[in-house]
Amino acid sequence: MSLEQFEPPYLFPDYRATKLRAPQLPPVKLPDEWFDRARGPAFGRIPVRAEDADLTSGHAGEPLGERIIISGRVTDSDGHAVANTLVEVWQANAAGRYLDPVDDHPAPLDPNFTGAGRCLTDSQGRYRFVTIKPGAYPWRNHANAWRPAHVHFSLFGPSLASRLVTQMYFPGDPLIPHDPILNSISDPRGRQMLLSRFDIETTVPEWALGYRWDIVLRGGNATPVER
Amino acid sequence: MSPTPSQTVGPFFGFALPFAGDAVAAAGAIRVEGQVLDGASDPVGDALVEVAQGDQFARCRTDVEGAFHFEVTQPDEGFLNVTVFARGLLRHLNTRMYFPDESDEVVRWVGAGRRPTLVARRDGEMLRFDIRLQGQGETVFFA
Repeated sequence: MSLEQFEPPYLFPDYRATKLRAPQLPPVKLPDEWFDRARGPAFGRIPVRAEDADLTSGHAGEPLGERIIISGRVTDSDGHAVANTLVEVWQANAAGRYLDPVDDHPAPLDPNFTGAGRCLTDSQGRYRFVTIKPGAYPWRNHANAWRPAHVHFSLFGPSLASRLVTQMYFPGDPLIPHDPILNSISDPRGRQMLLSRFDIETTVPEWALGYRWDIVLRGGNATPVER
Repeated sequence: MSPTPSQTVGPFFGFALPFAGDAVAAAGAIRVEGQVLDGASDPVGDALVEVAQGDQFARCRTDVEGAFHFEVTQPDEGFLNVTVFARGLLRHLNTRMYFPDESDEVVRWVGAGRRPTLVARRDGEMLRFDIRLQGQGETVFFA
């Protein structure tokens, strides 16, 4: 069984930073399934505490912004749950500012928000984070360039093939059509996979809106093919 | 089900992904130092490099000089799997760092001219392994 793969290219000139960083030579193809067979990184040294799944906790007060829940299920390409795998997330605060010292966007930092979280998927492959909705921010890639609101995700999975770093976006964001990073994925089906959806079942009454975002890691018996 | 596509790690992961002792896969082991360079031979100061093999795993964010370092032991396989993330890389890159004098069939598939990009060099007590994303001396990446 073959699967379509919607990965972005390395070189995408509309995203300026790719020009000097995209390899020019084609990758050396390892035998089919090699990446699937190779055991993934032993990430167990990365500390994960239960409270790390709540990005609104751990400070003197509550962060500013719209409290949200992001949850979903991590599966492999066959639809089997990927249990006990590490999910790392990071994001800007509600004003569109990262705590990272590299970020010089003149928007306020929030003393009650760091914007980094971790959790392990449960036996069904499910994850759940409590956070605030990140703000959009400018990024100088081109004139009047703004990133749509997004949350960065990093996942390991069982093999080298399953390693994934990506970004989750929010439905209906007016900046999405203008974003070269998301639009580097040429196929609309691929872009759709990075959009969360509002989910009334995940929403907690009188407390927080819920967004649902499922993640499929490369691997399983189905073999992805390059499009 | 098609896999979820990748997106760049971006420039702002430095407050989130590093962890205490992240570059030390094995204490008291061999130190590896290297630099991530772009197509203009300029340092890539916002890359994240991970190495893994067996029970060893380490992660290092590059500094303004594009420099990273690890402490690792030489695994039976003779190489470490190396994964590179950076601003400007829409998806990550996979390569391998072979220890000096180590080789296998994968190295032999790679043309002799590019083979040295996969092999760490001895530098005193340390090993040196640079990663060139593009251009002259471009590192061999695997898919």
